[in-house]
Amino acid sequence: MKINENLAISDNGFLFNPTTGESYTVNPIGAEIIEMLKSGETQERIISRLLDMYDTDKKTLEKDLHDFSDILKQYQLLSEDE
Amino acid sequence: MEKKQYERPHIIKLEAGMPGKFGMRSESLPVTHIDGVSVKELTTNFGSPLFVLSERTIRSVYRKALKSFSTRYPKVQFAWSYKTNYLTAVCKIYHQEGSWAEVVSGFEYDKAIANGVDPARIIFNGPGKSADDLRKAANGGSLIHIDHLDELYTLTDLAGELPRKPLVAIRVNMDTGIYPMWDRFGFNYENGQAWDAINKIMMAGKLELVGLHTHIGTFILSAGAYGVAAGKLADLALGIRQKFGHDIRYIDMGGGFASKNTLKGSYLPGSDTNPTFDDYAEAITSALVNSGFRPDNLPLLILETGRALIDEAGYIISTVIANKRLSSGRRATIIDAGVNLLFTSFWYQHPITPAQGFSQYREDNTLYGPLCMNIDCIRESANLPLLNKGDRIVIHYTGAYNLTQWMQFITLRPNVVLIDEDSKPHVVRENEMLSTINGPEKTPPHLA
Amino acid sequence: MNKPVLNIGVTGLNAIDSPGPGVAVIRGLREAASFDVRIIGFAYESMEPGIYMHDLVDRTYQIPYPSAGTDVLLSRLEYIQSRENLHVIIPNFDAELYSFIKLEDKLMQMGIHMFLPTQAQFEERHKVNLSDFGKKYGLDVPLGKAIYDSSEIFGLQNEFDFPMMIKGKWYDAYIAYNMEQARTYFNKISAKWGLPVVIQRFIHGTEYNVTGLGDGNGNTIAAVPMRKQFITDKGKAWAGISIDDKKLLSITRQFVRETKWRGAFELEMMKTNDNIYYLMEINPRIPAWVYLAVGVGQNIPEALTRLALGKETPAFESYEVGKLFIRYSYDMIVDRTEFEKISINGEL
Repeated sequence: MKINENLAISDNGFLFNPTTGESYTVNPIGAEIIEMLKSGETQERIISRLLDMYDTDKKTLEKDLHDFSDILKQYQLLSEDE
Repeated sequence: MEKKQYERPHIIKLEAGMPGKFGMRSESLPVTHIDGVSVKELTTNFGSPLFVLSERTIRSVYRKALKSFSTRYPKVQFAWSYKTNYLTAVCKIYHQEGSWAEVVSGFEYDKAIANGVDPARIIFNGPGKSADDLRKAANGGSLIHIDHLDELYTLTDLAGELPRKPLVAIRVNMDTGIYPMWDRFGFNYENGQAWDAINKIMMAGKLELVGLHTHIGTFILSAGAYGVAAGKLADLALGIRQKFGHDIRYIDMGGGFASKNTLKGSYLPGSDTNPTFDDYAEAITSALVNSGFRPDNLPLLILETGRALIDEAGYIISTVIANKRLSSGRRATIIDAGVNLLFTSFWYQHPITPAQGFSQYREDNTLYGPLCMNIDCIRESANLPLLNKGDRIVIHYTGAYNLTQWMQFITLRPNVVLIDEDSKPHVVRENEMLSTINGPEKTPPHLA
Repeated sequence: MNKPVLNIGVTGLNAIDSPGPGVAVIRGLREAASFDVRIIGFAYESMEPGIYMHDLVDRTYQIPYPSAGTDVLLSRLEYIQSRENLHVIIPNFDAELYSFIKLEDKLMQMGIHMFLPTQAQFEERHKVNLSDFGKKYGLDVPLGKAIYDSSEIFGLQNEFDFPMMIKGKWYDAYIAYNMEQARTYFNKISAKWGLPVVIQRFIHGTEYNVTGLGDGNGNTIAAVPMRKQFITDKGKAWAGISIDDKKLLSITRQFVRETKWRGAFELEMMKTNDNIYYLMEINPRIPAWVYLAVGVGQNIPEALTRLALGKETPAFESYEVGKLFIRYSYDMIVDRTEFEKISINGEL
C-alpha cells in the first residue's frame, strides 16, 4: 500500500492533498494511521501500535482499518502497490 | 499507561455545501437517560430493541393540552383515541386524568369496557360497526357516531327492539381549505348530505341526536382549518335548534393535531413549526365562542386527539448490529429495530440520538432495520457520531400508532416498558415468545 | 464627539453570483453616521466570501442550518454571545428568519436586539398565502395556488394557462411553458424545499423592486424603488437604477400602513402594459442590492439598527433618482490556513 507522501495534516485534523487540491477532515486516530502509512509502517505494525495506544481489540481494529483504507483508496489518497 | 478511548478512524472530504460540525443537527446530542433511568440499564434489564413510554410525559402533555382548551372554553372533554395506543396501562393513565374513551371497532369497545370505562363515556366512531356492535353500544348508552346512511338505517331498525333510545351523533366531512380533503368518512357538509342525515334522524324520532362530530384529517399543520370546521359544525347545530327546537349536547372536533415529529420533505423541524395546542385551541374555541350559541348554552367541546398527546412520550431504544459501506462509499448502519416496530418511519424523520457520549466527529448514515426486506429503512439520512457494533441509540417521538400498527413479521415483538413518575420502570407488555405465535395455530392431524 | 461602537451579527455572507445581502448590509453599517461597528459574521458554509473579507468582517462564526432547529441555533448563539457581546443581529435569509423570529424574546433577554417582522406578518406574506394577502390589504397580486401533488397541475391548466410560474416555498422559481416542464419543476422544487409548491399565473410586464423599512406602527421609514438594468441568468439584478415612480412608492406606503410592517422588506412588483402593478412577492428582509439605497441617501441597515435598539429614527424624506448600482465580482487571495480554521474550528 502506498500513501500520497505530499499529504499535509495539521494538528487540528485538516488534511490537504496538494496534488488534487482536495481538503479533508480526519479524526485523531485517522491522522495517526495516515502518519504511520507515510512512514512506511505495515498493516500488522500499525495494528499492534494502535492496540498499545487504544482501548480496543484486534478484530475491531482490523475491520475498521480495512474500512478506513477502502475510503482512503476511494478518495485516491492511498493506492495499491504497483 | 492508561489507554485512550477508542474511536474508529474517520476521514471525510470537505465539500462546498457540506455542513461543518457547527452545522450539526440537534440529534447529535446524546440522550443517555429517559426520565432518570439509564438507557444502558433499561436494555440490560429488558432487552433490545425496547419500547419505552414515559408516564411523566403522558400526564404533562395531557395537562398542557387540557389547559390550552379549558382556559379558553368552559366545557371541555378529551376522549382517548384507542387506536393511537391501546395498551391497557396507557389507556388507564388517560382515564385517570379524566379522559373518556374513543373507539373505532367492537374490539376496542370491549377493551374500553374491560378497562372499566363507563359505557356512557365511550364514543364509538368508524365506518365498520356491526349490528352486534351497535346493539351493544346502544344498550350501554354509549355515544354512537354514525358514518353513513346504511348505518343510520340499521340503527333506526334496531332502535325498536332496544330498551332505550340510542344516543347518536353524525360524522360530518367538509372542505376546510386543506389538502387532502377527507370525504370518505361521514356525511358531506357542502353538498347537504349532513343536513339531510340530521333531518332523517330528527323526523324518524327513533334516535336521539346528541352531538355533531368531524375529523378533518391527520397531522394537520394549519390550525385555521379547525376554526373553519368548528364554524361549520356550529352552523349545523344552530340550524337544528332553529328547525327542531332541539339543542345538541356536544361538538366533537375529532383529532388530527400534529405532534412534534417532522414530516419527510419538510425543511424546518416539526418541533419548531407544527402548531401548538394553544394554536389549535385558539382556532377552535374562537370559532365556537364567536358563533351564534348563547353564552349560557354552549355545547360541550369534545376532542379526540391521540397522536399529539402521546407521540412525545414514546421511545424506541435500539442497538447497532453492524456497520457497513454501500457501493457509493456511503455509511450504512443496521440496527435491531425495523419498520416492523416503527411503522411511522415511512412518513416521519424520527429524531435519533446516540445513548452514549461521543467525540465531535459525525458522518451521514443510512439507518436500516434488521428485516430481510428492502423497505426496512428507518432513516434515509441521519447525521450521527461514529457508531460501533453494540452501541445504543434512542429513537424519539414513537408513542403514537406504533404500538397498535406494529407487525409481527419474521420476528417477535419486544418488551414495552412504562417508566412511572418515580422513575421506576414497569413492563406493561411482555415480549412475545414462540408460543405467542404458535398458540392459536391448529395443525390438521395428517400434518401433526 | 465619540460615536458608540456596536457589535452587530450579520448573516448572508455568500456574496456569490446569486448573492446573500450580508456584505451589502455590512457596507451600509460601516458607513453609518450615528455609530461605529464591530461586525461578527455568521456563516453556514466555509466558502462564503464574506468570511474572508477582513476589512468588512471582524470575526466569523459558523452557525447551524435552520433545518437543525431553534434549540441548536440558540445554544450556538449563546456561545457566540459569551465571547462577542452582540448588541444587534441582522438575519438576511428567508429560510433562517422563522428561527430568529421564534428566538426574538430569548435573544432579547441575552441583550441582543433584532428588528424583524412578527410571526403573523412573516406567515401572512408567504408565497403560499399571497392570494389571501392581496385580498386582505387591497393589493393586486397574481392568481396563485399552493399545491401538494404534481397531478393537481392538470386541474389548474385552464385557470392558470401556460406559461405559469412554479415556485418553491422558500426559494427557486421557474417558468413552465408546458405540462412536462411544470411537472419537472414541481418535482425539482419539492425535492429541495418541500411542500407545498406554488403555482402562479405568469404576468407579462416590466419588473420593479422596492426596498424599504417599516417601523411596526404603519410608518414607512425608508423606501427606494429600483428598475433592474441587467439581469444574470439566475434572474438576479447585476445592475439597477433608482427611479422616481410615485405609484410604486404609494403602493409601498400602503403595504407598510395596512400591514404595520415591522422591519426591512423588498417588494417585487410587475408593471403590466396597461399600468397595473402586481405585487409578485414580498421578501421579509433586506435585499442584496440594498447598497443602492445606502448610496442614494437611505441607509436602511443603519436605520434598522437604530429601530432595533429603540432609538428615535426619523423617516427618510428623499433619495437621489437616477443613480446606478453595478455589481462586480472580485477575486480574493486567501491562504489555505484560513479555510482550514473556519472548516475545522467553525470560527475565523
